[in-house]
Amino acid sequence: MNPMKRDVFQAVADPTRRAILILIASQAMTPNALADHFETSRQAVSKHIQFLMECDVIRSDKVGREIYYGLKMDKMDNLRTWFDQLRRQWEDRFEQLDQVLINLKSQQK
Amino acid sequence: MMDFSIDRENKSVHVRRSFAADQKTVWAAWTQPDLLDKWWAPRPFVAKTKSMDFKVGGRRLYAMMGPNGEEHWALADYTSITPITNFTYLDAFCDADGNLNPDFPRSDWDVHFDGSGDTTEVHVVIKHTRLEDLEMIIKLGFKEGFTLALGHLDELLGQ
Repeated sequence: MNPMKRDVFQAVADPTRRAILILIASQAMTPNALADHFETSRQAVSKHIQFLMECDVIRSDKVGREIYYGLKMDKMDNLRTWFDQLRRQWEDRFEQLDQVLINLKSQQK
Repeated sequence: MMDFSIDRENKSVHVRRSFAADQKTVWAAWTQPDLLDKWWAPRPFVAKTKSMDFKVGGRRLYAMMGPNGEEHWALADYTSITPITNFTYLDAFCDADGNLNPDFPRSDWDVHFDGSGDTTEVHVVIKHTRLEDLEMIIKLGFKEGFTLALGHLDELLGQ
């Protein structure tokens, strides 16, 4: 898959990646500290981190000799925007349905 | 007022909302094409049902018509109907003749009605086969500009 095409949706499509995002949302973490939270190999966790970097939802900061991964909050907000959009479609639809029902009821009387 | 949630584990969207009408009336608004067309499409789109055979094994073929003349065709294949309580269907994107578009995933819809006097609660569950499908639908909805003004209130009030 072309890494350029990766996005926030692919980032959250996997349970391990979601767990990583939740962990680093509270504080930036080193790859070793992250890997300690998972039973899978460090290599597997490292692959997920790489994937998340390609999705552009996390950033790496070098502090001394350590690398810390942190969440790019603005990218995650993007995801929230999609959901809000879908929710608004339904609200919009249902407001129209409210009116249809009002009209039906007035016809019944 | 409206309960909307995305259940990632079950790859489903849940929408729950109460309406100020008895169960029979709300059921009619969901299952009769002329009524459905009045509210199904979020503004600025307009829904137009080309054909609808509301029975198990039957199909609704309809278009979402955009303000610039664009048409997005979709269909619903009804899989179960329990009058005024529940119906389920499999949706799909398609062309004007109902030929399925294989590029888009289908999803399972379950629409449940629970009436109590003059109030009816409707619970919609849209289940996708894959999480990616759900995300694709969300993105598609956004791209096609199914936007979001206050609906067709003006037109309907004027009727």
